[in-house]
Amino acid sequence: MNRFAELLDRLAYEPGRNNKLRLLTAYFRETDDPDRGYALAALTGALSFKHAKAGLIRDLITDRADPVLFGLSYDYVGDLSETVALMWPKAALPGHNNPPPPTLSEVVTTLRTLGKTELPKQLARWLDELDETGRWALLKLVTGAMRIGISARLAKTAAGNLGGKDAHDVELMWPGLSPPYLDLFAWLEGRSEKPVNRDPTPFRPVMLAHAIEDADFANLDPADFIAEWKWDGIRVQAVSGRDERGHVQARLYSRTGEDITKSFPDLVPALHLQGSSSFAIDGELLVLREGRVQTFNVLQQRLNRKVVSPKLIKEYPIHLRAYDLLGDDENDLRELPFVERRARLEAFVKKLDDARIDLSPTVTFDSWDALTAARADPAQAGAGEDADAVEGVMLKRRDAAYLPGRPKGQWWKWKRDPHLIDAVLMYAQRGHGKRSSYYSDYTFGVWTSGEDGEQLVPVGKAYFGFTDEELLEIDRFVRRNTTEKFGPVRHVVHEPDQGLVLEVAFEGLARSPRHKSGVAMRFPRISRLRWDKPPREADRLETLERMLKSDASITAA
Amino acid sequence: MRPQDILLPAPAGLCCKPGGFHIDPVRSVERAVITHGHSDHARPGHGAVLATQETLDMMRLRYGENFAGATQAIAYGEEIRLGDVTVKFHPAGHVLGSAQIAVTCKDTCIVASGDYKDASDPTCAPFEVVPCDVFITEATFGLPVFRHGNAADEVKKLLASVALFPERAHLVGAYSLGKAQRVIALLREAGYDAPIYLHGAMEAITQYYQSRGVALGELRPAKGVKKADLAGTITLAPPSATSDIWTRRFPDPVTAFASGWMRVRARARQRGIELPLVISDHADWDGLTTTIEATGAGEIWVTHGQEDALVHWCKTKGLAARPLDLVGYGDEAEHEPPPPEGAEA
Repeated sequence: MNRFAELLDRLAYEPGRNNKLRLLTAYFRETDDPDRGYALAALTGALSFKHAKAGLIRDLITDRADPVLFGLSYDYVGDLSETVALMWPKAALPGHNNPPPPTLSEVVTTLRTLGKTELPKQLARWLDELDETGRWALLKLVTGAMRIGISARLAKTAAGNLGGKDAHDVELMWPGLSPPYLDLFAWLEGRSEKPVNRDPTPFRPVMLAHAIEDADFANLDPADFIAEWKWDGIRVQAVSGRDERGHVQARLYSRTGEDITKSFPDLVPALHLQGSSSFAIDGELLVLREGRVQTFNVLQQRLNRKVVSPKLIKEYPIHLRAYDLLGDDENDLRELPFVERRARLEAFVKKLDDARIDLSPTVTFDSWDALTAARADPAQAGAGEDADAVEGVMLKRRDAAYLPGRPKGQWWKWKRDPHLIDAVLMYAQRGHGKRSSYYSDYTFGVWTSGEDGEQLVPVGKAYFGFTDEELLEIDRFVRRNTTEKFGPVRHVVHEPDQGLVLEVAFEGLARSPRHKSGVAMRFPRISRLRWDKPPREADRLETLERMLKSDASITAA
Repeated sequence: MRPQDILLPAPAGLCCKPGGFHIDPVRSVERAVITHGHSDHARPGHGAVLATQETLDMMRLRYGENFAGATQAIAYGEEIRLGDVTVKFHPAGHVLGSAQIAVTCKDTCIVASGDYKDASDPTCAPFEVVPCDVFITEATFGLPVFRHGNAADEVKKLLASVALFPERAHLVGAYSLGKAQRVIALLREAGYDAPIYLHGAMEAITQYYQSRGVALGELRPAKGVKKADLAGTITLAPPSATSDIWTRRFPDPVTAFASGWMRVRARARQRGIELPLVISDHADWDGLTTTIEATGAGEIWVTHGQEDALVHWCKTKGLAARPLDLVGYGDEAEHEPPPPEGAEA
């Protein structure tokens, strides 16, 4: 447990992805089975036991320590697990034969079988045996609130690094593995064969596209490509198969291989195809109302839901728009050229005959100019009333095999031009890691009429989009024009004729009660510094509200 | 004699009327008795200062030759009569030259302990328990969440990180007076014998430590060293410098901070610290409570820090206790002037 605790402790402070990976891989290398496997399970959310409630932890500490001192301490520290871990008074254990602290494996296996009434006593015993970092990690583990900024994908990547394997390989076999992953580590360390994924519904690593630049077109022949709309939903893989007993299993994966089936129970029946042993569709998850694609803002209501109510299902009907077929029965189609997969997909979707799954239409074009026109006005080029959910166009080589990752020259994405507004820099905060000394997180605002006349209201935050040189320029501006400091936040001068105007690009707007301005931007970034523009000429909130209205008219159910 | 007739909090600091002096005054006074050299306790401009030789030297280093009208050095264990009282200095274990001041009038003894720690420190004389009637204690870390553990283990953590990230520089934030030298001495005790780099703001005080016989090994200024050459090295800097543009001269620095505050994660995260090192020059909760009991004092006066919790604890132990509302003392970080090297772009 202590080695795992040390890892969590270090990860909690480390902002950089590569350094997190190093810490994780070092841990997997230095730690024995089965501890490291349980650690991998803890980090990927693959552990299943009943979590302890905050009240239980509170009772444990007030049983042991002066409640007044606990209250003052909790007030100061602000985190229950941490307060208890830090101030836990160890029971005086008789004799010198103190039991060794529990291993992570002991903790995990015990928690799996422990009854609810035995939990407090067992926890107190462990808290006595562990040091404070160990206690903190234990409490984080048992309360189920790790929150240390590690994604499942990152943990799998780190495990893969142990054997010089790509995360895709790990992802591919992951659904067939279970903690403590002895077979996985044995393979990664070259001690045994690759674990066979007996999962009837395995995830297949996805193929991704490069963003196309203007200069690229000169070297590309329109005849080599098929174009489709780029839908503003989420990329999913729908997989169906039969288990050992012949029962149909269906799963929905995110583009990183995360199993998201439970969030979309309404789509599962559509994936039970009679007469087919298995298939895998690559497509976009969308919300459709009366056959019309809704914007991402609407889809968002369905994302990351643990509980899916009938009301939610009814108001946000989920839909799969298919654009590729990776497997059909026993056949792996990924080696086939795209044009052939597309033909099979068309036939397959027809056979499936379910309103919740349809085909992603192609965009006809014979020259780049024609495609440019289609991209500029999707409504007129076939997308019709769905045009607001179109993010741009996708270009796929007719002869492209389905390759995991981002292979060069095969798939291109060509996004529509983003929305642009001119906003005024209001607050700045330092960044992390490499940017730790630079003011690189910016809050910007637009003008509105308030009680005190014209004032700026914050509408968003951006921390990328600028070049390294621009970062230096903004950083210098922030340092020279700070009017106040609130902890790490600097209040930067923003008067009608004093301040910095930022051209902000963003993908969409949503109404948000959490923001003072009432709007939230999707994917905002700094596109240009407008040193030439006085702040009074920046945009007004009304401009954003107008954009919102045109969005809202589509999203109203 | 009632203790409050001997020592009483006043706007200028703790005032001893029968002795005609203030202890660690925050304003200019005629006669000051000073516990240690940190800037919130040792201020310039007093008529006369009584302190240990080291404290006087540090004040001279910081404020220049004319930091006081007159000075008098006193050694540990030495007793001096001032007016109707006697004062005696005892080691406080906080930093080099730090002292607790025992003030005795007739048969009543009050110990003003200043800042102190009971943990071992290779750079200063160890803390001594002084039996007394009234013990005046600090409460910087006066909450049971503050337990500092072994400083040598924290230094091991630092060295493990240096081994894990050989291409990165390690920047250790540490108060210039005391903490920095203690961290260096601990690194040497742990067997680290490579040169250690220093921020310009801590060179003079560190040299002073060396001149007093504290062995710190080879030290080099960080200024002027090529960025690539700082990979795999350890540099000590004032805490405020580790989040400053000054850090740009280091290759992908790991930011560490040696402080008792690092016990609390939120404190470390707010400051953007990646490698918190719990190394404190103040007594932790256990240190405060065992010291209070060991002095045998029946009455405890609690100054700067988390007074509430410590006063509460004293009362549960049947000790008379009250907070002394003294202002102007606190963590050195808030008082440290911005380091001169930070000014450059």
